[in-house]
Amino acid sequence: MVALPDWMALAPALSLGLASLVLLLADSIDPDTTNTGAIAGISVVGSLVSFGFAGWFISAGTGIADSTGVALFNNQLVVDQMALFFMAIVASVTTLVVLASYDYVAEHSYQAEFFALVLLSATGMSLLSAANSLASAFVALELVSLPSYALVAFLKENKGSVEAGLKYFLIGAVSSAVLAYGISLVYAATGVLRFDGIATAISSGTVQTIVNGSIQAQAGDPAVPMAILGVGILMIIGGVAFKTAAVPFHFWAPEAYEGAPAPISAFLSSASKAAGFVLAFRVFAVAFPIGDLLATGGAINWVMAFQILAIATMFIGNFAAATQETVKRMLAYSSVGHAGYVLIGLAAVSSSGEGLSLSMSAGMSHLMVYGFMNTGAFLFIALAEYWGVGRTFEDYNGLAKEAPIACAAMTVFLFSLAGLPIGGGFFSKFYLFSATLEVGAWSLAAALIINSALSLFYYSRVVKAMWIEEPNGSQTIESYPMGLYTAVVGAAIVTVLLLPGFGRVYDVAFQAAQLL
Amino acid sequence: MWVAALLLVTLLGTGVVFLSPDKYAGKLAAAISVIPALGSLYMYWVYLTQYGGTGNALLSPADIAFSQQIPWLTLGELEVSYFVGLDGISMPLLALTTVLTTLAIVSAWTPIDERQSQFYGLMLFMEVSLIGVFSALDFFLWFVFWEGVLIPMYLLIGVWGGPRRKYAAIKFFVYTNVASLVMFAGLFALVFSTDLTSLSLPAMAEAFRTASGLPTIAGVNLMTISFILMFFGFAVKVPVFPLHTWLPDAHVEAPTPVSVMLAGVLLKMGTYALLRFNFTMLADTARQLAVPLAIIGVVSVIYGAMLALAQRDLKRIVAYSSISSMGYVILGLVAFTPYGMGGATFQMIAHGLISGLMFMCVGVIYNTTHTRMVGDMSGLADRMPWTVGIFVAAAFGYMGLPLMAGFAGEYFIFQGSFDAPTLGGAAPVLTSLAMFGIVIVAGYLLWAMQRTLFGAFSLETDYEVGPAALHDVAPLAVLLLLVIALGVAPDISFGMITDSISPVLELGGGA
Repeated sequence: MVALPDWMALAPALSLGLASLVLLLADSIDPDTTNTGAIAGISVVGSLVSFGFAGWFISAGTGIADSTGVALFNNQLVVDQMALFFMAIVASVTTLVVLASYDYVAEHSYQAEFFALVLLSATGMSLLSAANSLASAFVALELVSLPSYALVAFLKENKGSVEAGLKYFLIGAVSSAVLAYGISLVYAATGVLRFDGIATAISSGTVQTIVNGSIQAQAGDPAVPMAILGVGILMIIGGVAFKTAAVPFHFWAPEAYEGAPAPISAFLSSASKAAGFVLAFRVFAVAFPIGDLLATGGAINWVMAFQILAIATMFIGNFAAATQETVKRMLAYSSVGHAGYVLIGLAAVSSSGEGLSLSMSAGMSHLMVYGFMNTGAFLFIALAEYWGVGRTFEDYNGLAKEAPIACAAMTVFLFSLAGLPIGGGFFSKFYLFSATLEVGAWSLAAALIINSALSLFYYSRVVKAMWIEEPNGSQTIESYPMGLYTAVVGAAIVTVLLLPGFGRVYDVAFQAAQLL
Repeated sequence: MWVAALLLVTLLGTGVVFLSPDKYAGKLAAAISVIPALGSLYMYWVYLTQYGGTGNALLSPADIAFSQQIPWLTLGELEVSYFVGLDGISMPLLALTTVLTTLAIVSAWTPIDERQSQFYGLMLFMEVSLIGVFSALDFFLWFVFWEGVLIPMYLLIGVWGGPRRKYAAIKFFVYTNVASLVMFAGLFALVFSTDLTSLSLPAMAEAFRTASGLPTIAGVNLMTISFILMFFGFAVKVPVFPLHTWLPDAHVEAPTPVSVMLAGVLLKMGTYALLRFNFTMLADTARQLAVPLAIIGVVSVIYGAMLALAQRDLKRIVAYSSISSMGYVILGLVAFTPYGMGGATFQMIAHGLISGLMFMCVGVIYNTTHTRMVGDMSGLADRMPWTVGIFVAAAFGYMGLPLMAGFAGEYFIFQGSFDAPTLGGAAPVLTSLAMFGIVIVAGYLLWAMQRTLFGAFSLETDYEVGPAALHDVAPLAVLLLLVIALGVAPDISFGMITDSISPVLELGGGA
């Protein structure tokens, strides 16, 4: 392997952060710039470099040799295959989003701020992927959230956008408080914030402390108070549910996704969700090892909690999506439903605590595929908004006559989201399905099948409108925005290529999950 | 390599045609589709001359022709690979697919007058999927193509269809998609309860054949349950009574070139899958259930024919008669005799050609007269002699005129099923009943022809009714020649079919 300094392991996050600082610098030199090309160019380069680093490190096997990954800042951050996998998801979604935003914000002011905020939020997500303690995770999570509140409310003249931003901010603030309180309870119960330290405290049953970077039992061997720990874990589940838009904290998602500028909806529903999940995967797989928790009597069984959440999220998301009248809101609810699918990653665990790496890797692969197909679908909405096409299914009637290429791409996204074997979505769902069968979680398997079948119904409504229905107005599409088209078509190509290439993605995900 | 080349060329062609201007799309698509057609005919010739006597792709993997295997991904312990190859069963179906696609594309030049580049692009995309369905030897690869057929078909019916096209398209989509899910569930119940290490079809055939100690659910062996689920899944596609109701709607609403593909190739996907999965992998169960399955087949024959008898719409008549013809295929398959199963496979080809030809004839007549109703017109023979001549020939082929492909197929099936050991004492009864179906076919076809084609010309229209264009009649002539060629020399494909069928018959005690 190339001998790079350890801090270079963070290069995927650093390049995103650097790009946002460059944008802020450019903005302070020339605040009224309307040179969207240059601004978007810097952003695209920054996120592509981030993706390049992540891909390079993954294929170079960073963090495989020293099985704990590259530890930085006294183990506050750790770059392993899991972190890199999610950094790659974040970077690819960010690339698509900033590329598409080039056309979308061309008419607006504060362009540099827009891109800088997107990149800052992406930096947070990238760091969150590597967070190895509750403290650094919380800081990274706030770095994800704060810029995104502003981004949702970016269309200042649009009441819906401002309302969505405010709602998102209020619910976000509450859930941050819940999460912070949960973290404090876990700290009170175990004495440490580092994930591996919490795990040691749980497995040994004694409160730990960190001396000179190494974990050791506190003087007097005080026992871990399981009740306090349980409440803490429950609150952390709440915080995760908010970030991933899972039941019961999913209310904000349809509002925020519908009100926000469509590229931001894409960003939040794909990248932000992935960031929430990497936190969940890492915290629950590393810090709260289910095997040890069950061994101590099974009073704290977060698998059970995630099973309930997964089933509830799948059903609520998909049934709500089936009843929507506007396409964007339908996609927003379907995004809730997909959070339910990914939650299977933490729920398909046997009663003896086995099967976690199998199900988690299936969930990770689904997030990777989802990053492309869902981002693509929202960017198609952005394209429709750009053209001034309305919001309802009927408004999409006959769109394929005017824009067959974009509609073909959208068809790929929708069928792949539904799980037809035209894109990677088929395999990722199938792997989730087989993960549930592996541990005999029949209720999860049944929920997955029922909801996939149902989802085909509402996704195909859009396909039907675009291709089969006659156009109802005489609207004509005047321009074909380059950035949006590149992003949509690019996402479609990757979605399709993930069908033959799924094996590679899954292998990386499985290895990453096993290393945890 | 050959199969990959066919797939790639056609896929590339899909993209090119999709992006081409409407004006040239039809000609371009026809030109592109000639490449896979010629390619598969060349492969057919190579197979015929060099691979004589090779076995079944699922049962003797060493003998697979044109095979190629590249690892794809792993699923727990299951290896999934890109695995394609052909044998005497799939080779004729592949050739049928590519030839019929080219002809269907040419026959679309007249009726399709809007959004041509999308239409022809979808036709080629469907061809890619169909080539894949008949050549894939790995379950996941096969399933990708199997579902891949669904999307273009849905759009082709939904966009370019008749007045009730939206209803027909969604009905087709829902029926076949639910069927796929049921089939998938049935198959994977078996996959997860045997110790498979690979999802290639030969490996599955091996594992299911030797599977023992399978769980029972409510006293029924899992093998039987899976067989029934899979049969249900494939039977919708065939279609078999009582799962056939999507077919007339889809056929009547679909534009003619799409009907040609639907009747000619898509229905064969169902019977092909039945032969590969139910009757090869689960051969023992199929033998046990032979009598009920044969009854389903015979009911389809008679019921389909009776429904056809009651129709006025020429397209509906041909559509219902397809149900009848596919019933023969089921009867032939359950017989488990060389003539029965071989004849059933041969009938897939023969029916593909003849029903394609019939739909094309109806299409040409409709393009000229703008009606398909028996009774609205008469004496067409006077105005469009070539088309009507071919139509009459095709209809006689359908009725089973000797020296045409339909006769050979049906004769083989009856010969094979009459004393089929699997059917026991019921064999002669069921076969005789099925034969009666031919009488009904003759009844409705003669009636329809006599009313529309002969007598004095009459048609209330302000259109000029004259001979069809050369590019409309040419595909008809090509298909008729193929029908006659296969009828005169059935061994062009029957030989390779029986070679590949015989390993299936040797399973579990032999016929």
